[in-house]
Amino acid sequence: MILLWMIVILMAGGVLAWITGRVNDALPRWISLLTILANLALAVWLWLAEPATALVPKGAWIANLSIAWIPQWGVGFDLALDGLSLLMLLLTFVLGFLAVLVSWNEIYTKVGFFHFNLLWVLAGITGVFLTMDLFLFYFFWEVMLIPMYFLIGIWGHENRTYAAYKFFIFTQASGLLMLLAILSLYFIHGSQTGIYTFNYFELLGTSFSPAMGMWLMFGFLAAFLVKLPVVPFHSWLPDAHSQAPTAGSVILAGLLLKTGAYGLLRFVLPLFPEAAIAFAPWAMLLGVIGIIYGAILAYSQTDLKRLVAYTSVSHMGFVILGVFAFNELALQGVVMQMITHGLSTGALFIMAGFLYDRIHTRNIEKMGGFWATAPKMGVIALVFVMASLGLPGLGNFIAEFLTLIGSWQANNWLTVFATIGVVLATAYSLRILKKVYYGQNLTDHIIHDLSGREMLIMVPMVLLILWLGLYPQPVIDLAKPSIDEQLQAYTNVPEDRTISMEKSESTTQPTDTLSQLKTKGGAYGLR
Amino acid sequence: MVLDDFLHLMPLLILVMGSLITMLVIAVKRYHKIIYIITMLSLIAAFASLFEIGIGEPYHISPLFIVDGFAIFYIGLILLSSLVVAMLSYAYFEQREERKEEYYILHILATLGACVMVISKHFGALFLGLEVLSVSLYGLVAYLRTRERSDEAGIKYLILAAMSSAFLLFGMALVYAMSGSMGFYEIGLYLAASQQVPLILIVGFGLMVVGIGFKLGVVPFHMWTPDVYEGAPAPVTAFIATVSKGGMVAVLIRFFMQTNGFNYPTMILIFTIIAIASMFAGNILALMQNNVKRILAYSSIAHLGYILVAFLAGNAMGIEAVTFYLVAYFITSLGAFGIITLLSDEERDAEQMEDYRGLLWRRPWTAAAFTAMLLSLAGIPLTAGFVGKFFVLAAGVRTELWLLVVMLALNSVIGLYYYIKIVAVMFSQTNVGHERQALHPSAYLVSGGTIALLAILLIYVGVYPAGLMQLIEALIISIYAPVM
Repeated sequence: MILLWMIVILMAGGVLAWITGRVNDALPRWISLLTILANLALAVWLWLAEPATALVPKGAWIANLSIAWIPQWGVGFDLALDGLSLLMLLLTFVLGFLAVLVSWNEIYTKVGFFHFNLLWVLAGITGVFLTMDLFLFYFFWEVMLIPMYFLIGIWGHENRTYAAYKFFIFTQASGLLMLLAILSLYFIHGSQTGIYTFNYFELLGTSFSPAMGMWLMFGFLAAFLVKLPVVPFHSWLPDAHSQAPTAGSVILAGLLLKTGAYGLLRFVLPLFPEAAIAFAPWAMLLGVIGIIYGAILAYSQTDLKRLVAYTSVSHMGFVILGVFAFNELALQGVVMQMITHGLSTGALFIMAGFLYDRIHTRNIEKMGGFWATAPKMGVIALVFVMASLGLPGLGNFIAEFLTLIGSWQANNWLTVFATIGVVLATAYSLRILKKVYYGQNLTDHIIHDLSGREMLIMVPMVLLILWLGLYPQPVIDLAKPSIDEQLQAYTNVPEDRTISMEKSESTTQPTDTLSQLKTKGGAYGLR
Repeated sequence: MVLDDFLHLMPLLILVMGSLITMLVIAVKRYHKIIYIITMLSLIAAFASLFEIGIGEPYHISPLFIVDGFAIFYIGLILLSSLVVAMLSYAYFEQREERKEEYYILHILATLGACVMVISKHFGALFLGLEVLSVSLYGLVAYLRTRERSDEAGIKYLILAAMSSAFLLFGMALVYAMSGSMGFYEIGLYLAASQQVPLILIVGFGLMVVGIGFKLGVVPFHMWTPDVYEGAPAPVTAFIATVSKGGMVAVLIRFFMQTNGFNYPTMILIFTIIAIASMFAGNILALMQNNVKRILAYSSIAHLGYILVAFLAGNAMGIEAVTFYLVAYFITSLGAFGIITLLSDEERDAEQMEDYRGLLWRRPWTAAAFTAMLLSLAGIPLTAGFVGKFFVLAAGVRTELWLLVVMLALNSVIGLYYYIKIVAVMFSQTNVGHERQALHPSAYLVSGGTIALLAILLIYVGVYPAGLMQLIEALIISIYAPVM
């Protein structure tokens, strides 16, 4: 029930913010802040309460909820939470909280409606991370789209209309292909078992011909690869990210991209193991192309937000590389990457927003020498630039390191090329620092240092990224049961790439009969 | 005629009475409000009488009519839509100087025609209903005579509709010549008995497709739609978009079910081509428009194409999908045209993009409702349109109509662009709002309330479609059993 509450609180908060926005500008800000805090508290509480449930044998699922919704079609309002979802939710609410704080002094027009959209995007994202029903998944997948469109289209920068269109049409078109795949899966399952249902756990048991599996997987991949984005489908991202208001960029980069990665982990891997294995080399190749291409383009940008947007393309390359390596190390790396990239890129976008506030440009050719007057800002930028290039001690290092170790076992050569991307990351990251904070101040602006509110935003982010870099174990522990479950279909496949991957630091779980069974996951299903 | 016949035809008889009373009252004194109330009452009474009939066994009034659950559902849908149009009409016609009372007579008669079509199971009844509907619409389309485009739209509709009726009639004659009967079921029997369908019969069906296609406004019989949508008064446009098309869809379903039309590949091929052409032509032409009414006209062509996809699925799920989609489309169209009606002033309808610029900041509630309607047309979740589109896609996937389904998905994306374009205009910040001359607030109360109701219904069906689906399932089951 607590899961439903999270979504309901966000939606209700959004409506309330809109209504109160007509009275007063400050009220919606406080309402959305409190709303997100309430949800953050719920999520943290779930996390702290989790060890108790973990003692239950095979308790991969921390909480669940199932209500009939459209019984005629076998659609249920099924929500469930496991470690992976919980991590994503924590990320969602942390970034959502920061997004509200960031917009505090940035958004002055239609404040109520802005916060309505903000909270509804978060509600959609929360739904995506929780739902265990494919109809509902598609539903939430679309729900997060419209408010995001408005966020970009109304409060964005000069070229906002074009960017908003492009974002919307790319994601909608790819989403429809996923819908067709979902429907086909539904009917295939129905004709095999006589039970027509969209329930994730039921559908896991569907069997189909390899060709059909390939088509279905491509339907799902279309949606996730566009969202991630993977290189040929990435062109919406630089526009959307650079035109969105700061809060919008933070949510886009920090959360919306992660829904694509989450979809790969949750749906593509367990539903289509054969097809995924067949497609893996290509997917990893796309990942590597993304890593290198994104890095090169990032290096050549002059628009600060566009630069950061291209670094996202590069970093998300690691995600797809890791996902299609099919081993636990790589997937742990992917989960870490999702979280740390959310934080570090979010932080860089926020920094870009702070600069835009002060000098009203995003062009880094016009910046320089800001360290002299704004040392605090410089230090914090340094931390996140270092995080972005993967400096040990910061979260991103753990993520990329794990991913690369994992993918090495799957494909040596591609991993070598991916590692080149890390070197390129150093180049573009240091360029940010050099252009913006070092050198001569070319403008006649005096750059004020960070204010108290701004420090309140940045300091927790610094602490979080340090924590993830120095002691990532809690995250790894929390994600492990879910990752094991997603990988069940692969661990018994006699392929050389799937050497048994027991991680040294995590406790070895006794094998039981369940893991011997060749299922596609979901053996720990809710029933 | 026995008493039972009267009972089962009660909704239609009430409508006839309503139009007669209206006419008599006008003869005594022109008084807009009274006429309006009479119209509303007769529509409500007709709707209420549906509950009196109930869904028992299909009731035949040989040889022309059949009253079954399917008919009751569609009559109910038509009456409610007509009611909504009437509610919107009051404020709209009140602010115009012309003689407004006769409008309601034509309105009731057009509704009657659509209802007759829904219960017909015989060419005679079908043609009767169609003509009552068409002739009333000639008057309605050109009702605001002083307007520039009104005559053009009226004459265009008159000529093309008369032409298509002629085609339909000729087609019926050919079918009758070969099969020797005009009842749908008997024609089905004849078709089943003959090994090879004679050429003349196919020609007959082909000619009928022209007539049907015209009323539905599908490609290549769609030419009239944008001009008539643009020229007709906004409430009449809403009427054409919903009631007139809904009646035809119902007839089409009944005809195909009773004659087993889905077993003939030629018919399927023809309708597949029509569906694909409609989707593409509608959406692509809509992209180039700047007039909101014309955009909605082209979008209606595309939406009929979507409906045909579900129709071609041909099974129980397909028919349910058609019905569900139609309900969603009715709610949405009525809402969209209702908002145009609400925003129109004395000289012209609010049909230019410019009329909507910055609407969200001038009239937030209206803009929110219009956004909901447009998003529903685009098939975005939380709205009825989403569930409808989902239903249609599901029906198509089930029958493995891959070509049609992929075309539908592709077209949804094209369609998205122009719906979003209107939304973007409403949300744009530049504020050149010129306030329209306001009427007495009570006039807007009805229209505004109607639109609020439609918006709530739209969201309700979008969030909780199970109720409507149950109703559809329970009522239209009668269509599957071929009965005489």
